[in-house]
Amino acid sequence: MTGKNYLTDDYRLGSWFTTTDHKRIAILYFATLIFFFFIGGVAATLIRIELATPGPDVVSADTYNRLFTMHGIIMVWFFLIPSIPNTLGNFIVPLMIGARDLAFPRLNLASWYLFVLGGSVTLFAIFMGGIDTGWTLYTPFSTLYSNSYVSVAVTGIFIAGFSSILTGLNFIVTIHKLRAPGLTWYRLPLFIWSLYATSVILVLATPVLAITLVLLTAERLFGVGIFDPRIGGDPLLFQHLFWFYSHPAVYIMILPGMGVVNELIACYARKKIFGYKFVAWASLAIAAAGFLVWGHHMFVSGQSLTASLVFSFMSFIVAVPSAIKVFNWTATLHKGKIRFDAPMLYALAFIGLFTIGGLTGLFLACLAFDVYATDTYFVVAHFHYIMVGGMVTAYFGGLHYWWPKITGRMYPEYWARAAAILIFFGFNLTFFPQFVLGAEGMPRRYHVYAPEFQIWNVLSSGGASVLAIAYLLPMFYLAYSLFFGARAPANPWGATGLEWQTSSPPPRLNFDRQPVVDGDPYDYAHAPEPQHV
Amino acid sequence: MWRQWIPFWHEGVSPYGGDVDLLFRGLLVASTLVLGLLLFLILLFCIRYRAGNDVDRENHEAKSWHWEIGWTAASLVAFLGLFAWGAAIFLKIYQTPADDLSVFVVAQQWMWKVQHPGGQAEINALHMPINRPVNLVMASQDVIHSFFIPALRLKHDVVPGRYQSIEIEAMRPGHYHLFCAEYCGTDHARMLGEVVAMRPADYAAWLAQQAPSSSLAQQGSALFRQLGCSGCHEGSSSIHAPRLEGLYGKPVPLSDGSTVIADDKYLRDSILLPRSQVAAGYQPVMPSFEGRIDEAQLLQLVAYIKSLATVKP
Repeated sequence: MTGKNYLTDDYRLGSWFTTTDHKRIAILYFATLIFFFFIGGVAATLIRIELATPGPDVVSADTYNRLFTMHGIIMVWFFLIPSIPNTLGNFIVPLMIGARDLAFPRLNLASWYLFVLGGSVTLFAIFMGGIDTGWTLYTPFSTLYSNSYVSVAVTGIFIAGFSSILTGLNFIVTIHKLRAPGLTWYRLPLFIWSLYATSVILVLATPVLAITLVLLTAERLFGVGIFDPRIGGDPLLFQHLFWFYSHPAVYIMILPGMGVVNELIACYARKKIFGYKFVAWASLAIAAAGFLVWGHHMFVSGQSLTASLVFSFMSFIVAVPSAIKVFNWTATLHKGKIRFDAPMLYALAFIGLFTIGGLTGLFLACLAFDVYATDTYFVVAHFHYIMVGGMVTAYFGGLHYWWPKITGRMYPEYWARAAAILIFFGFNLTFFPQFVLGAEGMPRRYHVYAPEFQIWNVLSSGGASVLAIAYLLPMFYLAYSLFFGARAPANPWGATGLEWQTSSPPPRLNFDRQPVVDGDPYDYAHAPEPQHV
Repeated sequence: MWRQWIPFWHEGVSPYGGDVDLLFRGLLVASTLVLGLLLFLILLFCIRYRAGNDVDRENHEAKSWHWEIGWTAASLVAFLGLFAWGAAIFLKIYQTPADDLSVFVVAQQWMWKVQHPGGQAEINALHMPINRPVNLVMASQDVIHSFFIPALRLKHDVVPGRYQSIEIEAMRPGHYHLFCAEYCGTDHARMLGEVVAMRPADYAAWLAQQAPSSSLAQQGSALFRQLGCSGCHEGSSSIHAPRLEGLYGKPVPLSDGSTVIADDKYLRDSILLPRSQVAAGYQPVMPSFEGRIDEAQLLQLVAYIKSLATVKP
């Protein structure tokens, strides 16, 4: 413990809001995201309470519609998309590649301010009376029929989009230009590869969303005929534009999770990731092919049958690199020396839940079944397995893994394992019944439903209460560890990776001297033993 | 009782319903096998290679690309198989409607309005005969809705500004749920109906019992006069407008040199946007009826013009 670290560098509050330190900006993002996760979670809780019975008994139909819209908008744009990239990515990327900071530190701070501004505008729309279009904002409902604060909310999303673009840009330049001497592309940890792929999507796809939202607002406010057929527009044009962004955005929401899981599995199996190059290129293959599947959201919309055939085909193709990753993670465990610390439990949970999400994605890519299942709870269950079972689980795993590095404190291991196991069970209990509901034909976004669907809804709501408690647990014990946790050594897990070669927490400029890399990543044959603290 | 909680326990009642059910079961079996294999391997490795367990960890560095090529190829082949299976049934579901019995459906916030060719109209219900394909012509009055009958394993969005034609057929009599599956505003969850599939004799009795004063085409004919269409399109009008007798289903030469078939969509567009496709040899003088008539009336006009198909001009 020599000298100051990035936390003790300057104690004034103002120093946090003017900081250009990527580590502090990561903390700012983290605090902001916890806030949004909480708001989105409250909406989800109210939704599950309402759905415990078939009738309307807690909220009105209009309120219910606002709740699921708020849940979707907040969770997608203000939690999932920035989650791993802007917190763990922001903190870890420069450390992992041996850099002092991101390439554009001030741009990094600006993107946080843009994010806060966008979030505030969206929250303003919500507290003014909300928005009832669903997060998908389908026209012409959103442009001419909805009597809610669509334009305001859309403006908030538009602003937050620039935060995404700038973050993506910052990562791309950083990964290209600021790698430590000797750190060639194939020596990069796979977390960097997946964040690179994520950044490419952020930069290429987000502008399309921005344009789409501008067009939507132009029609809503000024009656410019773009999407409403009564004034010469085409409603399906909106869906094409929206999904051209929003399908790649799904990969923004899962690639970083896959990246984290690579680090966790390698560290706790104490082995190099099996098929490193295949996993690395699989990330980029997903990013590229992910741009060519948007029409699978529109199989029953009236798009041509030929288009549906092509999009179905491409959707199966994009599943191949995901399958490659799952097989490689499993193969990595073979002949490992596996330890079951909490981060590893999250990583194993990720593999199981992501695989279920991925396999049910194949169900939905399958044309004849999608005709039946689209817009039912089957879809709801599927994407929650990917986004919550996948991304959020990986996020918690990464958070525990790097917690000692970020805070300089160890978290309580037994509590953390208990929470990981509870999250796994709570999650499955919440969302598996929704597959059954969808297969039985219950449509999504239903405030009231036919009585025969109740049993599965009750199970789902029961699971949601377990899940809510499981998600709250880490907030308590992690907060506790900030003050009472044992001091973390520089490398508690005996992990490879440059971020573990500096002190915990790292100094303001990350490294006391410039690290140099002369070997492959994940060289666990020569890594130090894990330390029991 | 407990069987109602098992998905797809009730077979789909459409001609391809069994195919969709089989596809679902096939997907279930395939994914259960893959998931089971993965979980088995993960569990096996986690137990056998747990830290502290003294086993052989000698690294035989098997050429990793053998495995990579193996499971990539296996995934690809399996996925392409599933693609082809799903696509084949899909094409069967949306085969071009045989123009048999046409029923018209208008979706609007938050109800389904159904009109039968005989003039029978119903709300949130659709009576149909079993074992006979019914061609549904669907239109939306306002936002996007989606016509979803789980028992028929069928769904199609109803997008404003266009007609969607789908063919439905039920093979067993019964009452089946009709849901709106595309979020459409406040009472989306209450935009429900039922499809009543009846034996042909019962259906005929139902049609007779509903005993409308006039058929859909007759209603259209009355509207045709009321809106003043007949002033130009009929008899010895001084205004030079195309005659509509014998028009339906025939090719129409347009002023820009192209030709279109006079189908439902063409008629609809010609009433709402008369200047977009002007028949060759005529002046674009017809006013638009956009905003003056609703989708249900439009369908009556189309039915009327359709009924003139066999009349000699």
